[in-house]
Amino acid sequence: MNIGTLFNALPGACAQGLIWGIMAIGVYITYKILDLADLTVDGTMCTGGAVCVVLMLNGYSAPVALICAFLAGMLAGFVTGIFHTAMGIPAILSGILTQLGLYSINLRIMGGKANQAISVDKYPLIVSLRNIKGVPVYKNTILIVAIFIVVIVAILYWFFGTELGCAIRATGSNQNMSRAQGINTDSGKIIGLMLSNGIVALASGLYAQYQGFSDVNMGRGAIVIGLAAVIIGQVLFGRFARNFAGKLLAVALGAIIYYLVLQFVLWLGLNSNDLKLLSALVVAVFLAVPYIKGKYFTKVSKKGGVGRA
Amino acid sequence: MLKLIGIKKTFNPGTVNEKKALDGVDLTLNEGDFVTVIGGNGAGKSTTLNAIAGVWPIDEGEIIIDGINVTRLPEYKRAKYLGRVFQDPMTGTAASMQIEENLALASRRGLRRTLKSGINSAERERYREKLKILDLGLEDRLTAKVGLLSGGQRQALTLLMATLKKPKLLLLDEHTAALDPKTAAKVLEATDKIIARDNLTAIMITHNMKDAIAHGNRLIMMHEGRIIYDVAGEEKKNLKVSDLLAKFEQASGGEFANDRMMLA
Repeated sequence: MNIGTLFNALPGACAQGLIWGIMAIGVYITYKILDLADLTVDGTMCTGGAVCVVLMLNGYSAPVALICAFLAGMLAGFVTGIFHTAMGIPAILSGILTQLGLYSINLRIMGGKANQAISVDKYPLIVSLRNIKGVPVYKNTILIVAIFIVVIVAILYWFFGTELGCAIRATGSNQNMSRAQGINTDSGKIIGLMLSNGIVALASGLYAQYQGFSDVNMGRGAIVIGLAAVIIGQVLFGRFARNFAGKLLAVALGAIIYYLVLQFVLWLGLNSNDLKLLSALVVAVFLAVPYIKGKYFTKVSKKGGVGRA
Repeated sequence: MLKLIGIKKTFNPGTVNEKKALDGVDLTLNEGDFVTVIGGNGAGKSTTLNAIAGVWPIDEGEIIIDGINVTRLPEYKRAKYLGRVFQDPMTGTAASMQIEENLALASRRGLRRTLKSGINSAERERYREKLKILDLGLEDRLTAKVGLLSGGQRQALTLLMATLKKPKLLLLDEHTAALDPKTAAKVLEATDKIIARDNLTAIMITHNMKDAIAHGNRLIMMHEGRIIYDVAGEEKKNLKVSDLLAKFEQASGGEFANDRMMLA
């Protein structure tokens, strides 16, 4: 084990973490703001990349391709939203249904192939794993993705402060209260799901460019990585994040930590096939901590309490 | 102001749990009426309020608020005309949002939610003034999360939210039942003050017969999904708890003897 290899891998882990940070911000909108676990993202985390790569292969520019990826994600979120609100299907199942349907759609987008490659040498990709070291600063993938995150956080900060954004937050906080105050909770949920999946698809578009291909399996387990980032961000940086923008940045930082840790365990010699198992366990543990703390370690003095020495 | 015509509602029809909750409720409220509602458990009091608010569709009948037939409007659209305070203090406010954000949401009841800022500084001043009426010190805690407030404070805030934008009809569903006696009295006092100040039309459900007599200008009693007693004006003012108990006995054949209302 050479410590040098680990250090060499860190910038790449950072870049990947930042891209997944965008994805995790999308997950934050549904999981934290709307209080829904939306599994659509496992599908949209491929849809965005597929749309982006195929459009660029057909000569469209990267910005256009990314905007289309965003719109495709919004469409997927809209479908889940309709399943959930207009058709009364539980949120988790709605997401699973859309996700399953997206598998076929993603294959169709990629022309029936399981993956589509795009080379940074031939196409004007705006991010790539090759643009991390030894390129001018303005071309550096880490910087570009960081700018994306700042812009997205700024837009979301503004949006969730508007009347509409506040109504969506209220929907996630208390549906009875929201309806009593004249808020259409169904449309609130649909808008939230669209926004979330749009952002996830945008991250997917960036990720496909970064790795140089889109793959029908690239979104598998995405929700778990997103949740891991949300939870890690909250646990490690929650106390510093006073306002909403801070919370979103904490989520992005959580994603970076997640990828750094991943890189570290790989360096320790973990088989990369075991990564998903590790991710699942990490998220399970982090989700369980608040519950177990509350249940078994609540500091209530028992009757005739144990004297504190 | 409010007209209920032959409202019927049966829950779980066709099952063993079938429950005829409302069995033809007729009620007309004039502008400025403040009606207290009493009745045993399962008499249909809360169900009537939920029918007016549109929590679920009714089976039969018409609901008309200020000349507008709202029978088929969804809950969130009817909210334009209604202010609501619930029995559970957790129901009426968004715990994860600030006091001022809750008030800002309430002040836009019935309006389209746009991309304009969710709250502005002129509003903040107005909310500070309004919160002073409650006399709970909330005017200095505008940016505190509502989840940090006590049940009584949340209920008082809900009352303020329900009346911030003058409703055509204020629905109070046992809004003091979950509070300790002292807080309950305070919230009830604020309720009276606001209703009188804004000349609101209101329906208040209560389990406390003394409160039912002491507040409002009209009293109705429900039993098995129907209104069985409706009294207003001088006659209502001169009512005694014993009169109401006698009415209950008469309606139910004595089965109310161990109802929790007896304690009130």
